[in-house]
Amino acid sequence: MSSLILHLGILLAFPPLLLGVITKTKAFFAGRRGAPLCQPYYDIFKLMRKGSVYSVTSNWIFRLGPLISTAVILAAGIVLPIAVFKAPVQFGGDIILFIYLLGLARFFMVLAALDTGSSFEGMGACREATFSCLSEITIFLNLTILALLSRGLSLSGIFLGGLASSWMQVGPVLILVAASFFLVLLSENSRIPVDDPETHLELTMIHEVMVLDHSGMELGCILYTQALKLFLFGSMLVSMVLGLMPRNVWGQGLYFILGILGLGVVIGVVESAMARLRLNRVLYLLYSALIFSIFALIVILVRGHV
Amino acid sequence: MSFEKFYVHNGQSWPLEQVPVMDEASFRREILKSCETGGRLVNLFGYHAQDKNLYLCAVIGMDQEGKLSVFAARMPGGQVHFESLTPVLPQAHLFEREIAEQFGIIIQGHPWLKPVRSHQDYSFYEIRSEETHEVAVGPVHAGIIEPGHFRFQCHGEEILNLEIQLGWQHRGVEKMMAEISLERAMLVAESIAGDTVIGHGTAFCNIIEALSDTEVPLQAEMIRIIALELERLANHVGDMGALSTDIGFLPVSAYFGRLRGEFLNLSMELCGSRFGRSLCRPGGVLFSLGPEMIEDFRRRLLKAQKDFMEIAELFFSTSSVLSRLESTGRISRQTAEELGLVGPAARSCDLERDVRTDYAFGMFRFQHIPVSTVVSGDVYARALIRRLEAQRSIEFLLEALDQIPSGELLKKPSALKPSHMALSLVEGWRGEIAHVAITDAQSRLMRYKVKDPSFNNWIALSLAVRGAQISDFPLCNKSFNLSYAGHDL
Repeated sequence: MSSLILHLGILLAFPPLLLGVITKTKAFFAGRRGAPLCQPYYDIFKLMRKGSVYSVTSNWIFRLGPLISTAVILAAGIVLPIAVFKAPVQFGGDIILFIYLLGLARFFMVLAALDTGSSFEGMGACREATFSCLSEITIFLNLTILALLSRGLSLSGIFLGGLASSWMQVGPVLILVAASFFLVLLSENSRIPVDDPETHLELTMIHEVMVLDHSGMELGCILYTQALKLFLFGSMLVSMVLGLMPRNVWGQGLYFILGILGLGVVIGVVESAMARLRLNRVLYLLYSALIFSIFALIVILVRGHV
Repeated sequence: MSFEKFYVHNGQSWPLEQVPVMDEASFRREILKSCETGGRLVNLFGYHAQDKNLYLCAVIGMDQEGKLSVFAARMPGGQVHFESLTPVLPQAHLFEREIAEQFGIIIQGHPWLKPVRSHQDYSFYEIRSEETHEVAVGPVHAGIIEPGHFRFQCHGEEILNLEIQLGWQHRGVEKMMAEISLERAMLVAESIAGDTVIGHGTAFCNIIEALSDTEVPLQAEMIRIIALELERLANHVGDMGALSTDIGFLPVSAYFGRLRGEFLNLSMELCGSRFGRSLCRPGGVLFSLGPEMIEDFRRRLLKAQKDFMEIAELFFSTSSVLSRLESTGRISRQTAEELGLVGPAARSCDLERDVRTDYAFGMFRFQHIPVSTVVSGDVYARALIRRLEAQRSIEFLLEALDQIPSGELLKKPSALKPSHMALSLVEGWRGEIAHVAITDAQSRLMRYKVKDPSFNNWIALSLAVRGAQISDFPLCNKSFNLSYAGHDL
């Protein structure tokens, strides 16, 4: 029971802090003081209290899209183990459910964007859909490799099972998977070099431009969902890299938290150290993520480790 | 019909009757002939003379020889037709559209005679197809920038056509200048484009000084070009920061932003305004630098120089930055020449055009800044040209600080000469600013023509993004960083 509460507690409360860490890191590299670490929380609370504005051309799908996507991403969080806490819901093959929940959330965001009839939002939806085609298959491959290594088809089995021992046996393969995961994480969560969450230039945005017309509570939901999604990806990457085991709960839990915060810093460093890619080059980045995974899969299969 | 060419100098005035006046056909022939032999259309505008006739006046610049020729055509009364120059001389396109709008002349054969600053009854160019889509941006933008409307016709991410419609900032500057007192006109000149206060201010002062035969004290001339170069530095450095922001390279953008502040602060210490307002006045300047301030300026410029070099080096050596800038929004040298681009936009296409050298004005007659050019004509070239010019401006300033002459600051200009015309070109940070003024028999300003470099260069932006990715448009736009107010007047 306590593990369930801790799981849900971290899942619900922690994500915005990750965004705060990234912003703080970027501010540090720019020689500025930066927004407080908790700024994303303030923003979300502020937006939740505000009223929304709806265009007369939009209908219910525009209002519902953000709410559905928040609900769906939360559902995805429930099948994913966090730190050393098993997922509240788990069954063999829940990796497929997990990936399609992410897909479903995107589907509704794209619909909501198209519903506005704005040329900007249409463009953003189109970009989002295009890039996700490549990132989705990469996530699939990565989770397949991990499933092969840990001999489990449920996310809890994968991330709380024997990945630590796999690091001893097939470390290089896991490094490839981690690299591929990291690239997909950047792309799926609209971070530099794929997208710039801070820009005001509608024509260059991917994710941001899809939510331009949302306001008030819906925008708060979108902001929260964004943080949540980044946290889910980060949690998978950190669990995999650290190879957590479900014993010594506090030690491992602390380890995980430090890992997630470290990831926030790493993302901040990457965003500070490089410029955005030209939009048509983003595909190459996603290709390389895919190739890393394919290569890792080939090594696993050839080696006959399974 | 042949006539003597009439050459003038930058910052000079001459009696109106000396300007050769011809008929419309010879006027057209003369413009084409001069432009075939290395000339460039610096200005082409209309004015009503006191005899109620409408005249067209052309100013042609022979950049290589540093000569400016002026001639005019008297247009017949009644409904006026003028055969368009644009099909043969593309750089005339906007001048002709402006003349059509301001004087109701019918320009025959102009390929696209759309309004320059008014939007009544205008329907945009569109491509009707199931496969293309249209994106309309502005006039209200997401960032804090001036209003302008951009209409893209796209095929997927590729831009097939960009149409730019401006005019939201039209304040009637030219008309106002001819109606108000010279004291107020000075303030209006400083407000033509808020980021080119010294550029337009100096151009206006030169006009008034030329029309009143005022000898400007050397110290004032020196302070003016120091302020002009400070303005150039602040804007070039700010632009490089804006380019970094647009590509999401935040640390460099923050540092360039800070450096821009350093240069603006120097302007503030010089004259009390970060943007150089109330420094230039006809007959001289209002403020100067004392020995202590000169020392302080030198120390701060040296520090800024060091910082600038480091940050620019980081910017230009980061591969992800270069991959965004290189071959984005390319303008060929030929296109740049045909469109008559000016300023850094022209110099980044390997055209050596710089008023500071070609038609040296003020203290630039004695002190030279070498002209920088870059070959490639893309966003990278426009970023690099800013870096090179900023470096040279700092070096120039460091030298100039030693050589500020002593003496008077301001000499009150006498009355304007009647029925005279004056021309003043200044190399603002965006390029060639051209002011022309004509006085009537009562010594009042009768026509004041302003041409901001943006007027020449806006069209280049729409050509630069043709065939490019729509997501690269903001970057291309920033690489030109043209003025809306300067265009709209």
